[in-house]
Amino acid sequence: MASVINSQPQAAVESDPRAKSAAAPNQRFPWYKPRSIIGRAILWFLLLGFSALFLYPFVWLLAATFKPRQDVFDNRLIPETWVFSNYVEVWDQLPLLAWISNSLIIALLAAGLVTFSSSLVAFGFAYFRFPFRNLLFGLVLGTMMLPGAVTMIPTYLIWKELGFLGTTVPLWGANLFGSAFYIFLQRQFFLGLPRDIFEAARIDGCSYFGLFWRIAMPLSIPSFIIVFIFEFQASWNNLQAPLIYLNFGGPEEFTVPLGISYAMSLFSPTSGGQADYQYVMTAALLVTLPMLILFAFGQRYFIEGLAGQGRKG
Amino acid sequence: MATAIDSQRERRIRRPRWIKEPFNSEARAGYLFILPWVIGFLVFTLGAMIYSLVISFTNYDLSTDTASPVGFSNYELLFKDPKVMTSLGNTLYYAILSVPLEICFALLLAYLLHRIPDRGAGIFRIIYYLPKMTPSVAAASIFLLLLNGNSGAINGFLGIFGIDGPQWLIDPNWMKPSIIIIGLWSVSGTMLILLAALKNVPQDLYEAAALDGAGAIRQFFSVTLPMISNALFFCTIVLTIAALQVFDQAFLLFYRDTQSGSPDAALFVGVYLFQQAFQQFNMGFAAAIAWLLFVIILLITIFQVRFGNKFVYYEGGR
Repeated sequence: MASVINSQPQAAVESDPRAKSAAAPNQRFPWYKPRSIIGRAILWFLLLGFSALFLYPFVWLLAATFKPRQDVFDNRLIPETWVFSNYVEVWDQLPLLAWISNSLIIALLAAGLVTFSSSLVAFGFAYFRFPFRNLLFGLVLGTMMLPGAVTMIPTYLIWKELGFLGTTVPLWGANLFGSAFYIFLQRQFFLGLPRDIFEAARIDGCSYFGLFWRIAMPLSIPSFIIVFIFEFQASWNNLQAPLIYLNFGGPEEFTVPLGISYAMSLFSPTSGGQADYQYVMTAALLVTLPMLILFAFGQRYFIEGLAGQGRKG
Repeated sequence: MATAIDSQRERRIRRPRWIKEPFNSEARAGYLFILPWVIGFLVFTLGAMIYSLVISFTNYDLSTDTASPVGFSNYELLFKDPKVMTSLGNTLYYAILSVPLEICFALLLAYLLHRIPDRGAGIFRIIYYLPKMTPSVAAASIFLLLLNGNSGAINGFLGIFGIDGPQWLIDPNWMKPSIIIIGLWSVSGTMLILLAALKNVPQDLYEAAALDGAGAIRQFFSVTLPMISNALFFCTIVLTIAALQVFDQAFLLFYRDTQSGSPDAALFVGVYLFQQAFQQFNMGFAAAIAWLLFVIILLITIFQVRFGNKFVYYEGGR
């Protein structure tokens, strides 16, 4: 008898369309996709059109690297006369190898150090309970909004006073002390780990550093990778810091961005160059490639890292 | 079962250990863990800001490392030097134009990607993200040639439609739009943040809206926009702070050479600050410019937060 009464509202629930969608929440492809042919045509037209817009400069660049000097500006996407010598000559024209190895060393140091230090600090904020913890973490978040322009000049003078001008130390030294955004990111990740495993390890005699090194770190490899590749990219692309700290040495000491900027001036006709833009283009392509390879392997992490940024707002 | 709940409740009621004994071993270890950040903060943030404030009241001589106090004269110079106001105007112009354009463009791209199945979207997502991976110098050197007024590809494209393209890199009226175009080309970071927000909008809200008779446009404005307003707000603030400090593209395209003689139309505060500090070596004056920029960024951010909170929809209230 009771079951008959109960079955009545249940049937009503099942016929409700909202209940049906709740039963299949994983339906990724939403039902509101454009149904009409025209709607779909516009959608695909826009998607492909924007793809062309985004890809065009790359295709143009690739084509330009195979052109002789006088053809660089002809805007053909397939060179009229194919020249392969640019890829050989660019290494003689510019100290490209030195730039790439400088940039690589600095980027690896910068990314490695900031990943380790930020994680350490983040673990301190995530696991330990101590007086003023929330206040201090508020300060971390506050520094995230601090514009870099304000501290640019005193930072230069501090490095000067410490005697590190003319070395690459200013380009990665500050990374020893963690970076607010990465501390925030890593802390979020550590907070997701169940506290019980750490307390169990403590009872088993694990040291505090062991908690970080032997438990937290192996469990959060993905977030380590996110931080590492974000900082690697930031360091590889950084123009302003090398301009400040390396510009007074010879071209051999430049990083990739500073080097390309130097090449742009070197070959520009306004400063007496021969307008050898085919070399600049070839160099530009060669220094972009590592980033594209990094993206090909780490795509998932870039997208995860950025999606996480939106959630903190 | 019961014991698990009991211990959980006990843990919640128990006051933190550090109230009873503030500097126990756990607290000490915690301080040790955050020590790197504390040192960094004291030296490179707090110390640097105080140092910067001190320098702004002096004439700093780099060769002898001596600072002679000059009172407020660096700050007075902010109003006397016409280039400060020019660069400030340029920067605000750029920020006001570029931030809304970038948000709208990123939203459009994210919306398009959201409307196709995930497998197809993956390919487009990669294509749209490629410009973001390109180092700014590489992008600048490509666009230096693409935007060339006489033989650049962009004017060639405009020529197909019979439009006589401007001298992007020479005409002062078109210098700032050139930089905005490069910014729009690499807008995909914002796009990915908004795409993640779009994916988080619950499906049943759309279904409910459709049952109530809302069309696609109405759904966009009444469901989508409020539900992603949080992410839009975040992107606006971050992009504004970045736009007010814009440096790379303007420097590379126009002020790379000290004697290039480019007009001041793209002289942004970030560029002028750099020129004063590291080309003219007027550290004191440059520090004053940096503080002016800081105060402006702070005021604009506070205004945005105050103003934005009225429009941001917070799930479950605030």
